Amino acid sequence: MRARVFVRLKRGILDPQGSAVKRALEGLGYREVQELRVGKVLELELEGTDPGQAHGRLEEMCRRLLANPVTEEFTVEIVEDGARPRLA
Amino acid sequence: MRFGVVIFPGTWSDCDFHYVIGEVLRQPVKYVWHRDTDLGDLDCVILPGGFSYGDYLRAGAVAGRSPVVEALPDFVARGGYVLGSCNGFQILCEARMLPGALLRNECLQYRCQSTHLFVENAETPFTRGLRPGQVLKMPISHGEGKYYADPETLRTLKARNQIVFRYSTEAGDVTKEANPNGSIENIAGIVNEAGTVLGLMPHPERAAETAMGGTDGLLLFHSLIGSLVEDGSVLNR
Repeated sequence: MRARVFVRLKRGILDPQGSAVKRALEGLGYREVQELRVGKVLELELEGTDPGQAHGRLEEMCRRLLANPVTEEFTVEIVEDGARPRLA
Repeated sequence: MRFGVVIFPGTWSDCDFHYVIGEVLRQPVKYVWHRDTDLGDLDCVILPGGFSYGDYLRAGAVAGRSPVVEALPDFVARGGYVLGSCNGFQILCEARMLPGALLRNECLQYRCQSTHLFVENAETPFTRGLRPGQVLKMPISHGEGKYYADPETLRTLKARNQIVFRYSTEAGDVTKEANPNGSIENIAGIVNEAGTVLGLMPHPERAAETAMGGTDGLLLFHSLIGSLVEDGSVLNR
């Protein structure tokens, strides 16, 4: 089973990295970008077939290591067997 | 007082701390490997600066879950002291032994420079030899040193007098200009509620000899060593 974890800075926490990337896009002429925030995607390959159980374990992994609850929020996605996680 | 200097893969200030404690301060000191969990013969554990585990995921995140760090709460409960500088401060926050977190510098630059620190709390074992309002000079060297805590945590830190150092001007004014990384309210160092775990972004070990441009970093160690003597207390293990 494959899973994807998205980790991003909480709203309200300044993201200077995002601001710098937004300015770089503006420099390339993309002036329509109003806001840009940089986050992380983690792709995991898991043993087992129970998505419900995997979901709970993944959330625990996020709370314990993958995300810092002080500054970050996360979402967890299970990708069904056979389908490879795809970055949009 | 017996010191242990922890080495993680990627630590870089271990030799500096070992040298300052052993050669400058003439105190017993040894290295502690990150997989060691037996801290029984130590009085103070140092978490030095560097890029532990490459700072992968987040600065200090992996080290914050390492065997030696997981042994620290028991060590502290038994009366031990912990000093985390730079990456060590990040590790202590990641391990939730100190509240808050260290974020990427607001300026987005790695800052390697001298800073002045306003001593806000001179009642911790690490600052007992100082005066409140005294200004120390110590260097910083980091890309992720912007201290952040949510408003409630910040209120608790203030109420419990856990803010130890703030970035200031040489005259001791805590101003925006004196803040090198965008830390909330210029916070440069905090302690746990008991005052026995200190985390700070500046490097006391790099301000320990006149040839290095100043010796203010030694004051933290003199406070620590002196406090034990004054109490007359030997740690019970």
